Amino acid sequence: MKILRRTGLALALALTAGLWGAGGARADEPLKVGFVYVGPIGDHGYSYQHNQGRLAVEKHFGDKVKTTYVENVPEGADAERVIRQLATSGHQLIFTTSFGFMNPTVKVAKQFPKVKFEHATGYRRAPNLAIYTARFYEGRYAAGVAAARMSKTHRLGYIASFPIPEVVRGVNAFLLGARSVDPKAEVRVVWVNSWFDPGKEREAAEALMAQGVDVLAQHTDSAAPVQAAEEKGVWAIGQSSDMSRFGPKSHLTAIVNDWSGYYISRVQAAMDGTWTSTDTWKGFDAGMVHLAPFNPAMPAAVKADVLKVVAAITEKKLHPFTGPIKDQSGKERVAAGQTLSDAELLKMNWFVEGVVGSVPH
Amino acid sequence: MRLEARLEPSRAMMVAAPLLAVAATLAAGGLLFAALGFDPLAALFTFFVSPLGDLTGVSEWLLKATPLALIAIGLALGFRGNVWNIGAEGQLTMGAVAAGGTALALYEASGFWVLPLVLTAGVLGGAAYAALPAVLRTRFHANEILTSLMLNYVAILVLAWLVHGPWRSPEGYNFPETRMFTDAALLPALIEGTRLHVGALFVPVVALVVWAVLSRSFLGFQIKVIGLTPAAGSYAGFSPNRVIWFSLLVGGGLAGLAGAMEVCGPIGQLVPSVSPGYGYTAIIAAFLGRSHPLGIVLAALLLALTYLGGDAAQIALAVPLAVIQVFQGMILFFLLAADVLIRYRVRFSARVQTGGTR
Repeated sequence: MKILRRTGLALALALTAGLWGAGGARADEPLKVGFVYVGPIGDHGYSYQHNQGRLAVEKHFGDKVKTTYVENVPEGADAERVIRQLATSGHQLIFTTSFGFMNPTVKVAKQFPKVKFEHATGYRRAPNLAIYTARFYEGRYAAGVAAARMSKTHRLGYIASFPIPEVVRGVNAFLLGARSVDPKAEVRVVWVNSWFDPGKEREAAEALMAQGVDVLAQHTDSAAPVQAAEEKGVWAIGQSSDMSRFGPKSHLTAIVNDWSGYYISRVQAAMDGTWTSTDTWKGFDAGMVHLAPFNPAMPAAVKADVLKVVAAITEKKLHPFTGPIKDQSGKERVAAGQTLSDAELLKMNWFVEGVVGSVPH
Repeated sequence: MRLEARLEPSRAMMVAAPLLAVAATLAAGGLLFAALGFDPLAALFTFFVSPLGDLTGVSEWLLKATPLALIAIGLALGFRGNVWNIGAEGQLTMGAVAAGGTALALYEASGFWVLPLVLTAGVLGGAAYAALPAVLRTRFHANEILTSLMLNYVAILVLAWLVHGPWRSPEGYNFPETRMFTDAALLPALIEGTRLHVGALFVPVVALVVWAVLSRSFLGFQIKVIGLTPAAGSYAGFSPNRVIWFSLLVGGGLAGLAGAMEVCGPIGQLVPSVSPGYGYTAIIAAFLGRSHPLGIVLAALLLALTYLGGDAAQIALAVPLAVIQVFQGMILFFLLAADVLIRYRVRFSARVQTGGTR
């Protein structure tokens, strides 16, 4: 019975694939590009930035492309349906922009070998499935330098979403950046278990400020923490996009995800027929991450120092995860002079000494 | 113009009300889309017809309606008996956890018995979780609306803890997910090449059984009496506690089954978000279906269609999600509003009667 089911499935897959594969792109037709977002495009954070990338693609290619997006797609059984719907409706290049879309993207990619897929922040690849993400931690390290220089209490706050390696790495990079200029700096972490929940993010911000935190950083997508900081008169660091309009006085800078260049190059490759399944993980050097304009109230010396750090990282003279690095238990994780490998960074699940809070296990 | 209570529900209106609601939805929805610059006919067509244009579409539709129908039927049993289980989301999650845990424990095993065991674990997980509000209600008179609702958040955190911690996939780079289940623990496809699985067959069976219990059994009679007039029920010697236990366990069990079928069906592993709010949407399905199993199946199909239609409208016409959500809200509003006409009639006279409406 199992064999029957398998062959039946294989047959059906081959059939669908053949059917849809036959309808390849013709030169005079615009390339249809699909985007799947986990949040609303109005989050002014993560999904907003991906959508900015989509708009940049439209602007760059004009009527040579037609883009489609589906926003607020839950990570679960629904994602696969949405991705498949994009594939069946003639989209030839599909970007799925959240980790939870990984397995659904893999499944759909198998069924549509002629369609090109790109999944952000995951690790599974296929011949027609590329993966990409940005070295956000480079921005977080530089932001940590700025935060520690501006803090009077040596207490920095961090509103964290989910304890995945990406977020844990961000907290650690922020702390390491802060400690590079202030050995007394500590980072207090609050988990909100959500990517986008203005109510919870605000509560977390209030709780951190009540503990004497005077610079807030966040790895959640709403502007609520920046707004809360603006009201209390403490500093805030925006997430994913420039959030300065939500806190003109408090917004120190933001770690901006800039997907425009990447999306344009991938669409171009798909048009030229040079698209291959790649694994992209770039940072400051490729412009995938940059810092938003600094707050005018920031002293010139601090600005210069932060820019120096950014330049050093861009030129690969400085790696944020250079030893000696101890974890919270005091155990040395990275020896002096060594740096963490990408493989170790990708599965990081421990906090650096100086982080107050724990990684839920 | 005013509303006047009818002596008994109007049979004509029972049929006319949904039709009226559909007409009002189409008219108002058409206006909404037209006002925003979309072709109203194309928008309505994309929303209601295009998702069901092929076999894949129909299978996705049934797949989406399955958990909603199962959960809503279970909830309706309680709603009939005045037991307000708002905790289906948590019971679904615990069902998924129990099923997923069993599937992972039997990772090395293969055989026909794995899947039934996994699904049974899901039912038991959901029922056990619903037993908590049942104990609290029958022992301590704690309001089950509050306790069951609050337990939802606990269940979601338990799931998050498991997938971030002890059950995390060893090959998953510390990402919050378990291993993919083996074929032995996955529901076979009902239609080859689609995601629709044999679990969908539970819906007609459960609907029929619950309908029989409600309309043909003494237990169903007790539920209704206690639901309508608790005092009359206790004079007749019916046990309210029995009704509470029965409806919570059955409701929790069905929600648990739905959760098990999500993780053993389209998802294939445990992830932090198993349900996109099925436990809450099912409450709407139960009300929309007037707590009748057949009505609920129809309501679940309608709700499922609005989700598929929403995706289709975003993809094909670039209708913003917010507009789609307004439209989805309008559908529910008109359906529930039209139901008023079953119990009330509209009088156009301005005269105020003093002797009441009876």
